[in-house]
Amino acid sequence: MSTTATQKKTGRLARISAAGTSPGVPSPRTAYLGIALIAMGLLVLAPALLTPFELRQMGRFVCYAMVAVGIGLAWGRGGMLTLGQGVFFGIGAYCMAMHMQLEDAALRGEETPQFMGTFGVDLPWFWEPFHSPLMTILLILLLPAALAFALGYSVFKRKVRGAYFAILNQAMVFAFVTLLVGQQATLNGSNGLSGFESFFGFAIHDPANRQMIYMIAAALLVIMMLVAYWMMRSRFGELLVATRDAEERVRFLGYDPAIIKTITFVTAAVMASVAGAMFVPLVGIISPAELGVVPSIAFVIGVAIGGRATLFGPVLGAIAVAWAESTLAENFPSGWTYFQGLLLILVIALLPGGIASVGRYLRWKHRGEAGKPTSEDPAPSDPATSDPESENSQKEAAS
Amino acid sequence: MDVVLSQLVAGISVGSILLLAAIGLALTFGQMGVINMAHGEFIMIGAYVAFVMQGLFGSGVSLLVAIPAAFLVGGIFGVVLEQILIRHMYHRPLDTLLATFGVGLILQQLARDLFGAPAVQVSNPPWLSGSVQILGTNVPLTRLFILLLVVAVVAGLAALMAYTSLGRRIRATVLNRNLAETSGISTRWTDRTTFFIGSGLAGVAGVTVTLIGATSPTMGTSYIVDAFLVVVAGGIGRIKGAVIAAFSLGILQAFIEYSTTASIAKFIVLIAVVAFLQLRPQGLVSVQTRSLA
Amino acid sequence: MSQSAALTVQDLEVTFGAFTAVGGASFVAEPGEVHFLIGPNGAGKTTCVDAVTGLVRGSGRVTLGEQEVLGRPVQKIARIGVGRTFQTASVFEQLSVLQNLDIAAGMHRSPWSLMGRRRGVEDRIRDALEQTQLEDLWDRPAGILSHGQKQWLEIGMLLVQDARVLMLDEPVAGMSLEERNATGELLHRVKQDRAVVVVEHDMEFMRSFASRVTVLHQGTVLSAGSVAEVQADPKVQEVYLGTASMTEEDAAQADAMAVQTAGGPHA
Repeated sequence: MSTTATQKKTGRLARISAAGTSPGVPSPRTAYLGIALIAMGLLVLAPALLTPFELRQMGRFVCYAMVAVGIGLAWGRGGMLTLGQGVFFGIGAYCMAMHMQLEDAALRGEETPQFMGTFGVDLPWFWEPFHSPLMTILLILLLPAALAFALGYSVFKRKVRGAYFAILNQAMVFAFVTLLVGQQATLNGSNGLSGFESFFGFAIHDPANRQMIYMIAAALLVIMMLVAYWMMRSRFGELLVATRDAEERVRFLGYDPAIIKTITFVTAAVMASVAGAMFVPLVGIISPAELGVVPSIAFVIGVAIGGRATLFGPVLGAIAVAWAESTLAENFPSGWTYFQGLLLILVIALLPGGIASVGRYLRWKHRGEAGKPTSEDPAPSDPATSDPESENSQKEAAS
Repeated sequence: MDVVLSQLVAGISVGSILLLAAIGLALTFGQMGVINMAHGEFIMIGAYVAFVMQGLFGSGVSLLVAIPAAFLVGGIFGVVLEQILIRHMYHRPLDTLLATFGVGLILQQLARDLFGAPAVQVSNPPWLSGSVQILGTNVPLTRLFILLLVVAVVAGLAALMAYTSLGRRIRATVLNRNLAETSGISTRWTDRTTFFIGSGLAGVAGVTVTLIGATSPTMGTSYIVDAFLVVVAGGIGRIKGAVIAAFSLGILQAFIEYSTTASIAKFIVLIAVVAFLQLRPQGLVSVQTRSLA
Repeated sequence: MSQSAALTVQDLEVTFGAFTAVGGASFVAEPGEVHFLIGPNGAGKTTCVDAVTGLVRGSGRVTLGEQEVLGRPVQKIARIGVGRTFQTASVFEQLSVLQNLDIAAGMHRSPWSLMGRRRGVEDRIRDALEQTQLEDLWDRPAGILSHGQKQWLEIGMLLVQDARVLMLDEPVAGMSLEERNATGELLHRVKQDRAVVVVEHDMEFMRSFASRVTVLHQGTVLSAGSVAEVQADPKVQEVYLGTASMTEEDAAQADAMAVQTAGGPHA
């Protein structure tokens, strides 16, 4: 098997790579402490320290981080490279945007959003459900779930996987964007939807409301991280890793890998959709340019750099990359692209576990020198799998 | 009837461009089982080679010079990429996809810095202006030229695969890399040559698309997705499959486009490919094997 | 423990295009027996196992007790109680021994149990750890186990999976003599209420541990019976060019294997 072959390679880099692909589930203490720190940073420190403009930027990063949590689950834990998250992000975003447009139109006492006036069209049928706030929220959750289920289950059942799955995702994004651009009169084509005034009855330009919307987004991110941790640590999470590494073998143990993968894919899709829905009130515009093939891959870049199979890697990676882009791209627009490309190549080629694997490697090395030489143990009984307490009870039970 | 004929001709024309963009990809994807996302940028490079040649030679003969030049430039880029990146990760197909996307980003920015972000125009040579009547439809000469070029490329490639020792080596490596290696085939050399040819063909595709569209740093992305669909639908590493898939998709798109719009046609074609893969996950043309998964 | 049952294979046929890999093989694996499928390369032994476990499509009739086996998807066949191992041990290398076993035990839990995490160790898993002598390695990633230990882990997974038929594909290939004997004893310990089917090349191992033998040749059954009966069958001797030469060759092979894995077992 190729993994064992690579693990046998000696040398520092090979060992980091090996450490990076081992199960990276942190212990509950680390996990909850980390999530609490992130929550504190996002919900307390950021609103206190950042200017309104910076907070708005942060809100955008938080949305990317939500997408990243889902990609981490699907790609890092499940091995499904989701190159098409732009579709789900877009579904959530457009659902929310359509609702907000209708809300604004109602405030103005009009039937249709402003842009439709230029085309002189009546409200298209698919706008109708978005009059209702409740329906909007339901659709933000259900539409991506249904699409991800239809696409995922049908292709996983036919054992379409790996690169083929990635390409299908990419084609789906391409088709989705083409479709959006073509909807000039009904969705404002490539200009997208913008110029929102209110968010579920709250005036969007009021700084206090703006901060509240940011807080909602940040809280949703924290919830998603808790969900991700729960999924990683449950039996389902173990089964998912097993499916990633030996899909056929799982079948012989009586499980249907297609279902396991579909559940994960649907979860990632819903996370991306919620992110898109929050993106609209935070950033104030959604257009096909935010959703295309390239932005969809950009969602993956932060995850790759942070550490795809870890809990914190995707979130921190996504925020760091988005932050770097917004600061660097301002000053060195062309330099940023070279940097981004080079970073992606280097991390993927040399450090497939992302930055997170460096930390783990150092910890492992430190521990190894401290007197527990685990020989060529590629995945040192990772701090990972279980908390000290239950580990002890298991040891007792096993002996 | 006229409509059917004219859409058929349009479809074949779309299909020939699809095929040209995809055939190099089919070759490299089939050879190493890795996805080169920078293939689209190689097409873009080919287009800029045509642009540069136009500046050097004027638009009369530049096309004829540009085709071999773009083949060479694309091929060299391909070999370099294979040498420094892809060969180190060919057992990690998903990672290769992302890493080569990074390469694509860099190449795009390079083109932007060298030639500027706005699209540049490569003017068609005078001897390709005008059109001919085929089956009662007007076919622009440029489209006919592309079709003939595709036929020549496919015929050349088929002959290469069938009659040369390189072709035999490629086929052997595609079928069973380890066995080919132990049978004394230098897969290293075969890989490199395949990448040279496959990427060179992307360059050629780039020259030809300047005849029908604008040349811009980001043009690669719009071709790469279609090219992938052709390769996947055709069956990996199968030239015959790629040919059938390219023309089927082209004709399908042309006919749907006639009754709806271009964007909806694109959407329906994609759904058709997904549905098709439900029936034949291995693509149109596949090899029967016994091996586990 | 679910009811034990016999695996009945009748006129099993498997074709790949024009090539017939198995052309009408029949045998019955009874609970309490260690049933060996032997035969020269290409005899169709592994293909039989593949067809019974749903990996390849076969025709004919295969039943486990009263239940039809053929024509169901792999995971359904596993759920009615047919378990298998693979020639190249395939365990989940990134997961610990305990996690491997826990996943194998999952088919008897409700799907909702997947939402929770593992707390403690179930009895059947503890039994399996004990049976396969992997107790001390429970927290190790399965990827670092020796070849023999991986095979035992696979057998352990079949035990917690509560398979009524264990189909083992060359379980002792590459094992030292000691490990082979330990494996044979393990098989006889677990056979009580299960049928054990072993595909094997190793004649010495077969002679020591088979309760019943079916010899396949070119996709059909050449001979069947006890070890002595099969060995006395002139047809079998013909196929193997005489038992004596076979034993020698095998012994040489076994020696080579033992050298390769020297220092391997460290349980």
